Amino acid sequence: MDIFYYLIQNTLPVMVALLLVALGGMFSERSGVINIALEGIMLFGAYIGCLFVYFIEKSSLPSQIILLLGMVVAACAGLVFSLLLSMAAVNMKADQTIVGTALNMLVPAGVLLFSKMFFMSDGVTTNINFYVRNVPVLGKIPILGELFFQNTYISVYIGILILILATVVFYKTSFGLHLRACGEHPQAADSVGINVYRMRYAGVSISGILGGIGGFFYAVGVTNGNSNGHTGVAGFGFLALAVMIFGQWKPIKILFAALFFAFLRTMAYSVALIPFLKSLNINQTYYKMLPYVATMVVLAFTSKKSRAPKAEGIPYDKGMR
Amino acid sequence: MENYIIEMLHITKEFPGILANDDITLRLRKGEIHALLGENGAGKSTLMSVLFGLYQAEKGEIRKSGKPVKINNPNDANGLGIGMVHQHFKLVDIFTVLENIILGVEPKKMGFIDKKEAREKVINLSRQYGLKVNPDELIEKISVGMQQRVEILKMLYRENEILIFDEPTAVLTPQEIDELMDIMRGFAKEGKSILFITHKLNEIMAVADRCTVLRKGKCIGTVDIKDTTKEELSKMMVGRDVSFKVDKKEAEMKEVILKVQNVTVPSHSHKNNAVKNVTFEVHAGEIVGIAGIDGNGQTEFINALTGLDKMSNGYITLCDKDITKATIRGRSKSGMSHIPEDRHKHGLVLDYSLEENMVLQRYWQSEFENKGFIRKMKVRSYAEDLITRFDIRSSQGPVTIARSMSGGNQQKVIVAREIDKEHKLLIAVQPTRGLDVGAIENIHRQLVATRDAGKAVLLVSLELDEVMNVSDRILVMYEGEIVGELDPKKITVQELGLYMSGAKRDVVKENGNAK
Repeated sequence: MDIFYYLIQNTLPVMVALLLVALGGMFSERSGVINIALEGIMLFGAYIGCLFVYFIEKSSLPSQIILLLGMVVAACAGLVFSLLLSMAAVNMKADQTIVGTALNMLVPAGVLLFSKMFFMSDGVTTNINFYVRNVPVLGKIPILGELFFQNTYISVYIGILILILATVVFYKTSFGLHLRACGEHPQAADSVGINVYRMRYAGVSISGILGGIGGFFYAVGVTNGNSNGHTGVAGFGFLALAVMIFGQWKPIKILFAALFFAFLRTMAYSVALIPFLKSLNINQTYYKMLPYVATMVVLAFTSKKSRAPKAEGIPYDKGMR
Repeated sequence: MENYIIEMLHITKEFPGILANDDITLRLRKGEIHALLGENGAGKSTLMSVLFGLYQAEKGEIRKSGKPVKINNPNDANGLGIGMVHQHFKLVDIFTVLENIILGVEPKKMGFIDKKEAREKVINLSRQYGLKVNPDELIEKISVGMQQRVEILKMLYRENEILIFDEPTAVLTPQEIDELMDIMRGFAKEGKSILFITHKLNEIMAVADRCTVLRKGKCIGTVDIKDTTKEELSKMMVGRDVSFKVDKKEAEMKEVILKVQNVTVPSHSHKNNAVKNVTFEVHAGEIVGIAGIDGNGQTEFINALTGLDKMSNGYITLCDKDITKATIRGRSKSGMSHIPEDRHKHGLVLDYSLEENMVLQRYWQSEFENKGFIRKMKVRSYAEDLITRFDIRSSQGPVTIARSMSGGNQQKVIVAREIDKEHKLLIAVQPTRGLDVGAIENIHRQLVATRDAGKAVLLVSLELDEVMNVSDRILVMYEGEIVGELDPKKITVQELGLYMSGAKRDVVKENGNAK
């Protein structure tokens, strides 16, 4: 049972990073812009967030407040960075896949250059503990407390809050309805007076914000508050894309997809603790491939049925009929 | 002064290279049904898009009830009470009927969409006007006729007073068209004003009060329907006399060319079969028309017949040769010519030149190839020959890029290629889609000539007039089955419509002849 608790406790912080970035991707793609730059946005958010933490960690602020502030900074960083994509994809009608790829290549290079210039290292290393051993009151609930409120990070709860908020905005508000219409049939949206360009900017910007936060939460919950240009975010941005597709561009399904991938990853890293897997005596490295192999397998089997937003990837041109 | 609700005065709209609207004036009276008639590319849709705010005119003025107004976007148009049913419906597939109706004007309660209020309003409107819809059904699950009702409800929900219908009947069955006409008359009686874009003269004669005719971007004139005839209108539209009847002799049926036996094709979009157990024959010297409403398995059947897709059951023979499993080139070599439904997707390589497109199926024949190299000069002279014989017009002759040509001339390229190639069977799918009256006349003449040359012709069309006028024998396809075999000389359009909508069917015998 302890192993099970351990696995869940370690899955959640990973899951939250995937969840937020995939939700970001969802907002962008349902507005009609393919966001392959999620990997870059994540790393950018993670790095800027960690940089911010690095500079204020010596102040007397409590660590959880620093986490929240870092999150805001990472969100802003992601937003600013995503504007590059919106500008290229919406205003200049560039090929979205190519722009995304270019942005992905830009970030690790920039991070390395900057870190070498100022820290003589590959990235930024912080020295602060965001870990929450036991949430007051809630941590004492039997079973549930142990599952969800011990050995964790507040990022998990923020992530769930954002999921709820995103779902409500997506399905219950005019904004959400307009956004989804733009990704599906922008001409229809335009004909009823919705500004397609503005909605697409909004979609990509939200993906920037969530991608930045997701990146920072990855740094907090997975790499211990560090971020560098070599390992970056270890392909989590692309995993998030897979999560989004596996989740069929729908928030609740994305939650489960994120859980699935995060669980696989946690398991891969905990092989030594699971007697059955340990007894198989397979090199741990193979287990670490699990989430990535699973991505390929899952997408190969689901992609035929998956239904992407119809107009995604196609720059909207008012003049075309 | 007369009571005009909308006046469009001296509208001029230019696109790069084309003057789409040249000094057009159109006046709409309150409570009338005003038809806007013209061939494809005459500028009807452009003019309406200007009125609806999708385009801005370079010159001219729009007035509502005598007052000049500016319409910069659909919101402005909506504010003036102008609504439009577009030719290609502007509906989001994965949204419900209700969501589509309220899109852009959602009623809100504390920041959230108030679907309850919206649903009541939609249900009331749908009762009041007899437009039956289920508000919670997804658009992708309902029929085209139903989708059109949703578009109409969209306008009513916005309380529009001026309703624009852009070619609303193109996708409907004859019965649905009658229904739509009744609905339009009802609106007019209530004082709503209707602009009705079409190129079908029968409909104008049936429902319109007045008609404005456009030709090549210019306004030819506005006439009262009660003072005019179909012939006069068509002359205004085309600029010359047009014959509506296709000139042809009696068919002289010869040997069987194509034999289709129990063909079944699975669907890509749902679990049922798209084509079910279809059996028929086509003889040399006859034109067999397949009629049916869009989406009843015609496309899937043709794909299986031409080898673009696989069938799950049945077999096909061409001149007694089994071609059930033949490749596309194999079928082509056995004598099958195919004018495809989608000329951009299956007919032409748009970024190739005209001459390259002309030899797409034949570049490997010794006539055009020598030791792996294409004999450019031969291809050039062959293309030039076809261009003269089929009167294909393009800016640079054989080296014109196909994409830059007009739809009518692109179609001529395909027709020329398929007819000139050695063949025994010509399959023509929607050969006149999107073409104007002149080009249609020309293609119909080619089909008849092919038949008279002793070839078998299989025509698939959604246009009832086309099927009725060109075919010697009509097969009706409904939900993937042949539900009737009819003689175009003995049947009325209404009767054909009943078959097409599934209201009537014959028992079809094994050999494909109906009782």
